[in-house]
Amino acid sequence: MSGDILLAYEGVGKRFPGVVALDAVSFSVRAGEVRALMGENGAGKSTLLKILAGEHRPDSGAITIGGEDRIFVSPRDSQAAGIAIIHQELHLAPDMSVAENLLLGAFPACAGFIRRGAMRARAAGILARLGEDIDPDARLGDLSIGKRQMVEIGKALLRDARIIAFDEPTSSLSARETETLKRIIGELRADGRAILYVSHRMEEVFALADSVTVLRDGRHVADYLDMTRLTQDQLIAAMAGRTIADIYDYRPRPLGDVHVEIDAIEGPGLSAPVTLSIRRGEILGMFGLVGAGRSELLKLIYGAERPTAGSIRLDGGRLDASSPRRAIAAGFALCPEDRKGEGIVPLAAVAENIAIARRNLADRRAPFIDRPAETREAGEMIGLMRVKTASPATAIATLSGGNQQKAIIARWLAADARILLMDEPTRGIDVGARSEIYAHIYRLAEAGRTILFASSDMPEVMGIADRIVVMRDGAISGVLARAEATAERLLRLALPDAAPR
Amino acid sequence: MAQSSPPLLRRLGAAGPLLIFVVLFALLSVFVPDFFGVRNMRGLVLSVTLVGTIATTMMLVLALREVDLSVGSITALSGVVCAVVIASTGSVAGGVLAGLAAGGAVGLVNGLVIARLKVNSLIVTLAMMEIVRGLAFLASGGEAVSIPAERFYELGSGTLLGINYPIWIMIACFMLFGVLLNRTVFGRNILAIGGNPEAARLAGVPVDSVRITVFCLQGLIAGLAGIVLAARITSGQPNTSLGLELAVISACVLGGVSLAGGVATITGVVIGVFIMGAAQNALNLLDVPTFYQYVVRGGILLAAVIFDRLRQAGGLRLARRAASPSPSQSSEKGSATA
Repeated sequence: MSGDILLAYEGVGKRFPGVVALDAVSFSVRAGEVRALMGENGAGKSTLLKILAGEHRPDSGAITIGGEDRIFVSPRDSQAAGIAIIHQELHLAPDMSVAENLLLGAFPACAGFIRRGAMRARAAGILARLGEDIDPDARLGDLSIGKRQMVEIGKALLRDARIIAFDEPTSSLSARETETLKRIIGELRADGRAILYVSHRMEEVFALADSVTVLRDGRHVADYLDMTRLTQDQLIAAMAGRTIADIYDYRPRPLGDVHVEIDAIEGPGLSAPVTLSIRRGEILGMFGLVGAGRSELLKLIYGAERPTAGSIRLDGGRLDASSPRRAIAAGFALCPEDRKGEGIVPLAAVAENIAIARRNLADRRAPFIDRPAETREAGEMIGLMRVKTASPATAIATLSGGNQQKAIIARWLAADARILLMDEPTRGIDVGARSEIYAHIYRLAEAGRTILFASSDMPEVMGIADRIVVMRDGAISGVLARAEATAERLLRLALPDAAPR
Repeated sequence: MAQSSPPLLRRLGAAGPLLIFVVLFALLSVFVPDFFGVRNMRGLVLSVTLVGTIATTMMLVLALREVDLSVGSITALSGVVCAVVIASTGSVAGGVLAGLAAGGAVGLVNGLVIARLKVNSLIVTLAMMEIVRGLAFLASGGEAVSIPAERFYELGSGTLLGINYPIWIMIACFMLFGVLLNRTVFGRNILAIGGNPEAARLAGVPVDSVRITVFCLQGLIAGLAGIVLAARITSGQPNTSLGLELAVISACVLGGVSLAGGVATITGVVIGVFIMGAAQNALNLLDVPTFYQYVVRGGILLAAVIFDRLRQAGGLRLARRAASPSPSQSSEKGSATA
């Protein structure tokens, strides 16, 4: 069925600040083979593709293309070697026509003038091959996301790429478009191309792929070259199977009464109403893959996005959560996922970043700043949270990610927040600072503060939470008590198409 | 690495404008005849009052990561409104209040459109610059409106302790807005919004009301400056202060106020205003023809913006260095994860 080895990763390693993204990964794909890449978020799939695309350079190891060692230094370099990547986030120009997008970078031209007729003819040819009813003159931005994805695939066909990688292509495709995609992948395979296919969907992987490579924590776990002898259960076990490190140091505690009740809340990013209740002092984990709606739900609770329906009750009383200010007045706090973009004021001092929420509490009417008091308080908080900074007056942007996160938690302690909504609080943070943050979270919970801890890092959620809510495609797919939350169960609830049990 | 002393560029960023001013002032004192004298100094300070007064609130607008191009037109409108009211009612107080109200109203419209409708402040205030200039011409009938009230001229030419009222007003603005920026929750909120609007919003800062208030203040102060100007020239001129907004922004940027928002000091603005004033004053003393003065003024603005850019790049490098950990740190993490 398959030909020679076309693409091989040989001991490819890549490190980012705080994480080992890839640890000596080796595997190879033959001509005419469709290889599925599977693993949780953060397993290293995207990094593998980005190295292939020339967006990242490996720290160690190499890629061989047709037996030849290659390290791509730019996306152009990678394209020239016959590689096409169909990205999840599309790289297209919305205000240009479909034809222009298809031929971007390779316009048929004569003396610098574009030959419009030739361009349209070539674009129409490709679109016909895709079997898609798309007008080459249509403005790209007017197409559905699925159709845009087809245009992106058309670009790969047009460049006649030998190696084509798809990064979760069907997440935005309709059922019919998915069928088209399957047909095209079949044609490409018959034509002797090598195909890498990243997906979370079990059904799709079993229908499309000839073989599967499983990654976990940046390491290569297994290759399954014969799909007929592989079961879904085996695959899930391979993706999940690992022991939970004891950096979490779980502390069982008695929980209080119901503190926050979320009743059928709906809004942007959610596909179904969400109902939840959380007890005082509870750490409620919130697990889901990227895009499952965790951040969106937290922002709805916080009033940063307007809910379109539903209500929130706090200690039994109805809460007006129509803006962050109101939520903060009621005791809520948000540690945003995008620390740099939504958390810190980068050039302002650490002390300023800590003081900002308390100053603005709605019940405080003092116009002037009490500097000595603020400085003293910031000093105390920096000591309590063990924020490593030269002085409270240092710009927060110069601190490491972990210390920035501790300063943001300090901000909410200074404002005496009682319900902390934490969105990926340990993302990009090294292990040492992580365990410190976990210890702080337990201390807060023991002091009767209630915590929602959202994360796409499964062992982290399993390690820290009293109870785990799993989200999938903008809705809650299950709630598990700590004792019943196994990696398999969590993954089954989080992955699309995995049969629940 | 984060514990090292503050980087050179940041320190230079704070001291830079002062250094430029001291050097410039010394050079002008030595090489320009009549520059360093009580009489000329007084003229110099008086000449910067218009730009200096408005620069105090422009500082707030820029710190907010916004810009206001309508201040020149507001100055003209409030002067005209003040003149028309005094001419028709004879009430100086009424004229002053009407002028202030006109300026404040324009500022309020700016603020509401920018904060509530989320339109870019450059475009909003560009449109308002045209609209308000037109209103000034309409209110005056296209001509200068003379003010038949000697008492009103006092506002422009009178003195207290030997110092002209316009200078006192400027000093008062420096002090008021300096304290506002540094000592009040409102002032620190302005810097936080300019530094990162989304982070400020999520930390509970009332972003919209701060924006509206700042533009309102800007309108009021530009209106006040317009009234003082009308008193100095004893009439309301609809075509006065063309291009004033650019001089004001130049002064702020020269004084180290970042166009990227979040960074501003009142001392910097004071220095920026006087760098501009001293340069203009010297050009006049040297009898440099007006045509050259445009070139020099433009050159100063360009230099200021490049300076701002270099400083930002310095800040960026700083942030990037902070984001990527040292090799020893990453290897430690590596072994911990493995």
